[in-house]
Amino acid sequence: MTETTAGATAVKTPKAVDGSLNWLDDRFGSTGFFKRNVKKVFPDHWSFMLGEIALYSFIILLLTGTYLTLWFKPSMIEVVYDGSYQPLKGVQMSEAYASTLDISFDVRGGLLMRQIHHWAALLFVASIMAHMLRVFFTGAYRKPREINWLIGIGMFTLAMVEGLFGYSLPDDLLSGTGLRITQGVAESIPVVGTYIYMFLFGGEFPGTDIVSRMYMLHILLIPGLILGLVTAHMMIMWHQKHTAMPVKHQTETQVYGYPFYPVFMAKTGAYFLFTFGVLALLGAFAQINPVWLFGPYDPGAISSGSQPDFYMGILEGSLRIMPPWEISAWGHTVTLSVLIPALLPLGLVFGGAAAWPFLEQWITGDKRLHHVNDRPRNAPVRTGAGMAMVAFYGILWLAGANDVIAERFHVSLFATTWFFRFAVFLGPLLAYIITKRVCLSLQRRDADTVAHGVESGIILMSPEGGFSEKHEPATPEEKVVLLSKETARGEAPAVDANGIPAPSSKGPIGHLRSRLQRAWTFDDIPVEEGHGHGDGHGNGHGDGNGHGDVSERKNPQQIGH
Amino acid sequence: MSDENETTGSPEPREHGDRIIGTPSPATQRNLIVEDDEAPAPAGAGAELDEGEAKRAERVVAALFVLAFFASLGFMVYFVGWSGRHGGMHGLERTRESNMWLGGLMALAFLAMGVGVTIWVRRLMTSKPIIQERHEFSATPDDRSAFATDVLEGAQDSGLKRPLLRRTLLLAAAPLGLAPLFLLRDLGPLPEKKLRSTYWGEAVRKAQAQGRRGVRLVVDGTDRALRVSDFAAPGSMITVLPEGMEKDVPHEDVLTQMAKSVTILINVPADQFKPAPGRENWHIGGIVAYSKICTHVGCPAALYEQTTHHILCPCHQSTFDATDAAKVVFGPAARPLPQLPLAEEDGYIIATADFPEPIGPSFWERG
Amino acid sequence: MTRTGISVKRFTAWRRRPWAGYAVVLAALAAIGVIYAGFSPQTDRAEAANANQAAAQASLENGKELFNKNCASCHGMNGEGVKDKDGRAIAPSLLGVGAASVDFQVSTGRMPAMNPGAQMPRKPPIAAFDTRIEKNYETPEEREEAHERQAEAQQNLDDLITYITSLDPGGPPIPPASAVDPSKGKVALGGKLFRTNCAQCHNFTGQGGALTGGKYAPPLSRDDVTPTQIYEAMLTGPQAMPVFNDSTLTPEEKQAIIAYVVQTREEPNASAAGLGRIGPVSEGLVAWLVGLGMLVLAAMWITAKKPKKLKKS
Repeated sequence: MTETTAGATAVKTPKAVDGSLNWLDDRFGSTGFFKRNVKKVFPDHWSFMLGEIALYSFIILLLTGTYLTLWFKPSMIEVVYDGSYQPLKGVQMSEAYASTLDISFDVRGGLLMRQIHHWAALLFVASIMAHMLRVFFTGAYRKPREINWLIGIGMFTLAMVEGLFGYSLPDDLLSGTGLRITQGVAESIPVVGTYIYMFLFGGEFPGTDIVSRMYMLHILLIPGLILGLVTAHMMIMWHQKHTAMPVKHQTETQVYGYPFYPVFMAKTGAYFLFTFGVLALLGAFAQINPVWLFGPYDPGAISSGSQPDFYMGILEGSLRIMPPWEISAWGHTVTLSVLIPALLPLGLVFGGAAAWPFLEQWITGDKRLHHVNDRPRNAPVRTGAGMAMVAFYGILWLAGANDVIAERFHVSLFATTWFFRFAVFLGPLLAYIITKRVCLSLQRRDADTVAHGVESGIILMSPEGGFSEKHEPATPEEKVVLLSKETARGEAPAVDANGIPAPSSKGPIGHLRSRLQRAWTFDDIPVEEGHGHGDGHGNGHGDGNGHGDVSERKNPQQIGH
Repeated sequence: MSDENETTGSPEPREHGDRIIGTPSPATQRNLIVEDDEAPAPAGAGAELDEGEAKRAERVVAALFVLAFFASLGFMVYFVGWSGRHGGMHGLERTRESNMWLGGLMALAFLAMGVGVTIWVRRLMTSKPIIQERHEFSATPDDRSAFATDVLEGAQDSGLKRPLLRRTLLLAAAPLGLAPLFLLRDLGPLPEKKLRSTYWGEAVRKAQAQGRRGVRLVVDGTDRALRVSDFAAPGSMITVLPEGMEKDVPHEDVLTQMAKSVTILINVPADQFKPAPGRENWHIGGIVAYSKICTHVGCPAALYEQTTHHILCPCHQSTFDATDAAKVVFGPAARPLPQLPLAEEDGYIIATADFPEPIGPSFWERG
Repeated sequence: MTRTGISVKRFTAWRRRPWAGYAVVLAALAAIGVIYAGFSPQTDRAEAANANQAAAQASLENGKELFNKNCASCHGMNGEGVKDKDGRAIAPSLLGVGAASVDFQVSTGRMPAMNPGAQMPRKPPIAAFDTRIEKNYETPEEREEAHERQAEAQQNLDDLITYITSLDPGGPPIPPASAVDPSKGKVALGGKLFRTNCAQCHNFTGQGGALTGGKYAPPLSRDDVTPTQIYEAMLTGPQAMPVFNDSTLTPEEKQAIIAYVVQTREEPNASAAGLGRIGPVSEGLVAWLVGLGMLVLAAMWITAKKPKKLKKS
């Protein structure tokens, strides 16, 4: 093993390898670059592969999508269907819908590619969401990775729009309904709404232009943008090195793991194969978007249970639970019942996510570089806020399926609406409180484990006849994980040593900052060695004593603001 | 992309500044193998393999690769040999069959290969985990200030400080950025009054020009004009369009006109019907017509419950009361569905005018 | 009035006896025998006329008995409907509802209702009216018996309809078998009409959907929803469903809709799992649970610690 790393001089390289490498090196001077990167270390954790699912789904989307364009006709010219799907024979439909039927029923393997494409789209967005949650809850977005976090949010937004345009292309009744809603939302925008609507559709809904326009955006502009952002995302990640989980050997100054070549390369290659395999499995055995059952788009027709794809569910849900608010004055109308649900929830989720790294930095005053991730429990406010956002998103998402819920579980439709109207406010609050409590009790347990060890299950009887359980000290590996918790820094004092108010705590903004920082840290539970109480056993490190001895803890440094 | 990526196992600090870019790193031994027995190494094999184990693993991996080969081969054989038999695909049954064969074999090929590679990594690759240094990103203060000096010097040299130059350059650039927006003007027509009328108005005008009082209502899908007696059963509901739309409207415009003029006709029990003030003669004994386009975001609100007389929109559950001028009972819609004035002529149900207000979602200019 | 009062009392007491069920069955069997005799080709005209009259009488009697036993408690002794003290209908009047309505309500098991709710659910019809009897028994005797029971149930249903329509003739009749034969309908036209007039409640693929107040549009995708029942539902508008009479949607158009419903539900899915054919809700669920779930498992395997056997090296 060591011989191979000792340098190329010691090993006789075959001429084919040597020759081609030299050929490249003569022209690009690439050997230095390859040499530095071929052994790049990648830390291992299963959750680090969620982003890879998104990357590979995107590649599969490009491949299958290219295949579909060979037959798809983005045209709204009305034709009479004469393909091999009997029940629709002789029906008037747009060429887009007819060519989708042709891909499904008259091109061999066409349905498979269509289904893989659609499943890959769902998996793409789902894995982006899962990856984003992983990054958030482990604090991997912290300095120096804020820009990559923002790029990720940009790609998420683009992915949603890309998906909406994609599933609208076949011009079936279900997607046409989605398009109709899109049009209604565009129309309701104050001042410019009707212009945006007419310009988007080339006239009145549905017109004859929208499918070809969405087609261009779907196959060229948006994938191009995503591709550019993916490249930037990957290059930044490569340059900054991946974050690591707080385990042994992983520190802020070093990274521990397997080299890119050959191990990581093989692993990620295997993962691409798994992703393609799972998508092929779904495409082969699970029917998705059976447009032939939905029928061609007809502005007078509608189906119960008309839902968008899951990533649009949050919009659908917020539209559904909104009360009928509308302002009409001076000859103008503003429809709050459309505007608020269309803008506010997504604005809150995306805007909140984008602002969070900077907000957190401002509150905690932590401007250091972070390469080792936090365990979610060790940042209870962040984890709680994240869970609140998950609850908010999830409740609106579920509200988008309230008719399916009402129908499947036989509850009143309006009752579900009222439930969601309250839940959307109470749910996040509850999620925050519960999550924070759970985090703190996990911290308490960690502190206990460090101080007293793990329960061994061995019961000892003392000479006096008392029983006690023997505790064994945690293993070094466990201790590294447990002790990765950084004790929260105390609040920056309101006044400095000379009694002059610190600049950062002046004024209403300063007060707000101090208060937020207190909320961030006040109930922190220190996890450290030698911090034992006489009788431990779970009741030791309460909330109350988290304040006074801040200065004695590890990492006591105050950071001025 | 930076590739400043040297690896060193020793804790000694890195030499900043005294290395010239492009020269080799002073470290000769670049990777350090972690000598640590306690730490459970992550996935991957150790440095030396038990040859017997390795042979076995190799055979398993090879078997999986061969399986993948045969699955891909099967894909091609099925495609050539079976999927096209009897002149290609014919509808759903054959699609179902070929979809499962092609997709199943494809999935098998990918998954077998994926499993094979994974076992290979885990059982046969002898790489050991290594440690690399995470380097600081920031340059030295000297470098930074040198760079800043360069930037300022460049600005100085370029003469950018001349205000006239700078301002006229900005002046020149601003319209250049805006000009492309003008090219987008012809994306669509201006809204004007298009959203204020539907084809009902035009159809009524045409009918009146022929000496009739209004236009007949035809059933959507069958184009049969409805007589009052045809629609006499209380609790009836049907979707209607103005007569002659399919014929008179240009072919490519039919869906667009339909999207605005589609209407539901309902027979509400006359004793429960409360006509709105000023619309007392807009119904025929409880037969009443409302726009089918929801006033929320424009889905067809078509779900009529004859027991409660509610019209429900299946998209966002706006609910309207058919007996009470389609006022909103529940849900996000803020306005009632527009009502179409009806009358009877020669026994047929006719519409005597367009909807009195714009149909569909609210918009800024609506008023 | 007194007559019915007495008979109710006597009837109520009578029907609680353990042998009451058998008695009804026997009576029904007797009625079938009489009818069979009535249709028997050997009998001459005079006899046939007599027998017919007798059969009709027996049929009416049987219908009345069934009505009193199963329907009268809610709909009133004369099918006039019952209102609560505020004047709201507890059970609607059955006068003039027509044969199609009775046939739909009873054959789908909605009537007799078990307990009042937001909506009467479809359920297996009660034994006396259950014509959907399993017939693939092994022994011929059992098969014979099943046939007999089915014929009896059909007769009971017919008698009940005869009785209720005799209270007030009118209302739509049961459609003839030829009018509901799905193989004769135009599927393409049916699809268009279904999407415009039916799908808003019953969903594109007939999966059903939610209505207000806990009500729902029932699924049409179940095999036991017969073409006749679909026709009758359109004709009579049961419960919350609007009415589509024969002059609004002609019998041919109704047949087209039936053809579409039957064709859609009999059509296989293009893949093994149809995911309930309800569209994106279940698809999203599968993408998360199956798609992402399987890949997370794969990720855990790929990144798992090295196998024990190799660790010693």
